[in-house]
Amino acid sequence: MLLLEQLPVNYAPVAFQFFVAVGFVVVTMLATHLIGPKRKTSDKLTPFESGVEVQGNARHPMSVKYFLVAILFVLFDVEVIFMYPWAVNFRELGILGMLEMFTFMIFLLLGFIYIIKKGALNWE
Amino acid sequence: MTITQSLFYFLAFVAIFSSLLVVTAKNPIHSVLYLILTFFTLTGEYILLNAQFIGIVNIIVYAGAIMVLFLFVIMLLNLNVESEPQKTNLMKFIGIITGGIGLVVLTAALKSTDPSNTVVIQEVDMGLVKNLGQVLFKEFLLPFEIVSILFLSAMVGAVLLARKETK
Repeated sequence: MLLLEQLPVNYAPVAFQFFVAVGFVVVTMLATHLIGPKRKTSDKLTPFESGVEVQGNARHPMSVKYFLVAILFVLFDVEVIFMYPWAVNFRELGILGMLEMFTFMIFLLLGFIYIIKKGALNWE
Repeated sequence: MTITQSLFYFLAFVAIFSSLLVVTAKNPIHSVLYLILTFFTLTGEYILLNAQFIGIVNIIVYAGAIMVLFLFVIMLLNLNVESEPQKTNLMKFIGIITGGIGLVVLTAALKSTDPSNTVVIQEVDMGLVKNLGQVLFKEFLLPFEIVSILFLSAMVGAVLLARKETK
């Protein structure tokens, strides 16, 4: 009974909110652009870097450590997504489903222990 | 035309248009922004098909996490204007050949599929989280457990590649 009510139409409020949010941003940006006074001097057009004078170019290659953190985040993110369908079916799947999820988690936990042991998240 | 159909055509148009812009945009950051737009329109399509789980996962994983990876790759690449790689004629030729082969494969795959009634959903509740979990933890249990091994290997590979040994 409950499932029959879950139709794409129910997402209309979400879509409405999405359009309102995007519309607000677009309207605000356009309005400030059109209404606001403009005094363009070379000082005003430089990128704001907390009051410090701009040095060099923004296109610097950055450390691969950021990428490592991001890729590990993606892996654990996908892992959590696999837990949603399990959590919803927790009662129906019973003890067997619990064991299935534990097997899944043990492998990921091994990976996590490996990451910690290797010190991959240490920043130095 | 029903509302669902017109929404489908609108989302499909935006998806194709923005994915073309991903390829043609000169600025890589603009490419990434258009890719985000493509992902959001695809989420809209999933929700129209009542595949709600896939739709939300598409937002969380692709528009959220994979996008961060794309941005990091762009920032790692050191894209200064002067260091932009020049494409020789040989490179362009190889690109045309590989793209053409990809097009042939896609066309063949498209021709071999049966025309299905995709607008009318056969089983409405098919894509909900609950039903998906029932299938995933019973029928497709082995692939699910293999996914965890895939994650483990991905973790080890990422750590091994990105980290230099300090010994």
